[in-house]
Amino acid sequence: MTTAPADTPPNEPGRPRRGGARLLRRRLAPYTLIAPTLALLGTFLLFPIGTVLYDSLRHDNPTEPWDNGFAGLDNFRRLLHDSTFWSSLAFTGKWVVLEVALQLALGLALALMLNETFVGRSVARALVFSPWAVSGVLTTSIWLLLYNPATGVLHYLSRLGVGSPSTAVLSDPSTVVWAAVLAELWRGVPFFAILLLADLQSIPKELYEASSVDGAGRTRRFVHVTLPHLRDAVVLATLLRGVWEFNNVDLLYTLTGGGPAGQTTTLPLYVAQTARNSYDFGYGSALTTAAFVILLFFCIVYLRLSKFGEER
Amino acid sequence: MSAAAVRTTRRRRSDGRMLRLFVPLAAYTLFTIVPFYWMLLFAVRPDGSTSLVPWPLTRRNFVTVWDTLGYSVFVRNSVLIAVITLLFVTVVALMGGYALARFRFAGRKAFILMLLCTQFVPGAMMLIPLFTVFKSLGLIDSRWSVIIAETTFQLPLAMILMSGFIRNVPMELEESAMVDGCGRIRAFLAVVLPLLRPGIVAVGSFAFIGAWNNFLFALMFLDDPTKQTIPVGLSSTIGENTVDFGALAAGGVVAAVPVVLVFAVVQRFLVQGLSAGAVKG
Repeated sequence: MTTAPADTPPNEPGRPRRGGARLLRRRLAPYTLIAPTLALLGTFLLFPIGTVLYDSLRHDNPTEPWDNGFAGLDNFRRLLHDSTFWSSLAFTGKWVVLEVALQLALGLALALMLNETFVGRSVARALVFSPWAVSGVLTTSIWLLLYNPATGVLHYLSRLGVGSPSTAVLSDPSTVVWAAVLAELWRGVPFFAILLLADLQSIPKELYEASSVDGAGRTRRFVHVTLPHLRDAVVLATLLRGVWEFNNVDLLYTLTGGGPAGQTTTLPLYVAQTARNSYDFGYGSALTTAAFVILLFFCIVYLRLSKFGEER
Repeated sequence: MSAAAVRTTRRRRSDGRMLRLFVPLAAYTLFTIVPFYWMLLFAVRPDGSTSLVPWPLTRRNFVTVWDTLGYSVFVRNSVLIAVITLLFVTVVALMGGYALARFRFAGRKAFILMLLCTQFVPGAMMLIPLFTVFKSLGLIDSRWSVIIAETTFQLPLAMILMSGFIRNVPMELEESAMVDGCGRIRAFLAVVLPLLRPGIVAVGSFAFIGAWNNFLFALMFLDDPTKQTIPVGLSSTIGENTVDFGALAAGGVVAAVPVVLVFAVVQRFLVQGLSAGAVKG
């Protein structure tokens, strides 16, 4: 988007004119620029959050209208004694830790490999990163095909003598968690790989050359140059991904629906079920508030680690 | 070193590379590709065939998906929603990102804090209150509800990324353009914007991919099947008692092709842009 300099009016700002109006315009400029953002976030994010906090203190269930109204801390008392809340929270924790740890390990390995120079590297990158663009529902569709006992990959493997025939991994309580974890890994690893590869490429080559001259081998260079440089990116990516996996709904919702027998129900899934199936909006809001409190903790750690406020 | 010695070292090095680099990379690439291949296989393979090579090819599943299951409509809706979201996110993120990168203003810290903290808001948990908001605005069953919600949730990260990209354009370029008589806006459009192309491509394609893939907002805010999007169409194929795997796979291919293509084209910019320091935004 270029404009010919010839049509610039002679008194365009750039050299001092009457001070007051210009100064005011300068002062107001950043606020004008962020105004649309503030309007959007205020209306569709902050206001709804306020509603959730308020509703968590109310009985709000259209199927029990006689009970509706302000309820104080009733919902939270109920929450403390709700075993489904605790079991869904426990599974959420397990899910987040498994996903983040495995994605980080595999993502780092991939980033290191894709950072080397070899013929076909850009093709390899595009291939390996591509599942990242795929949504939760699409991931589900793909893995449903793969996991299908009659026609899936396992069926073919069993014909080759690997594994037992017709294992329904998604309805077997002993395998369902791992089946879901694997499907999510498939699309989650590229996130770490992309981010860490980007960070690897920002390491100055001189650092490696210097440490080579000093006689450091491959391992020492990795430990003393690569790892320290990656630390910030690893920490931030881990935290962000942890929160995203905490909030991940679409994959589990469509792949397992939280089953079998609530085995793969995360806290957000439990909230969705409470609101959608039993219309208990007050209690759903209390569950959401509990999730907010947990996420707030992550938020504080994140802000600390991202050194918020220092030089921005 | 003699020529023979060089050759031996080279061979030893390439053996090491095989084990260290190519074998694990090939294994991982296989893990990436097999699921895609499986989907493609089911989409183009005739009914009842168990061959792992899809031959002869059939169009039948695509015809089913396109005509009977309503994908011609879903695709149009998805394109519409994704493109408008892309435009909104990119323009608003450019404005806000510019303010963050180039101005010091009162409330700036609080603004950044808010942007960072929104990363921790679970979209799924906002569905009910958002539903109420859209209902009172009369936007339920309107595609605008999905566009607005998607824009709102994508904006913070897009803006942080964009301000990183803008900060990497030296301020002197703009200043000298302004000394030459350009206004701030003209200096931005003529000097900064062309240099921001990789950033705009990265942020815009993020937005496109996110909106294309959106499931929960469309599921929740759109009832009318003629307004539905592809992910909801896919999930309704899954939800039925007897799954037509051919149709599911064909629907998956239709859903995957645009985003994977976009992604393959822009991943280069993505890595470049992130390594230019935007990670630390």
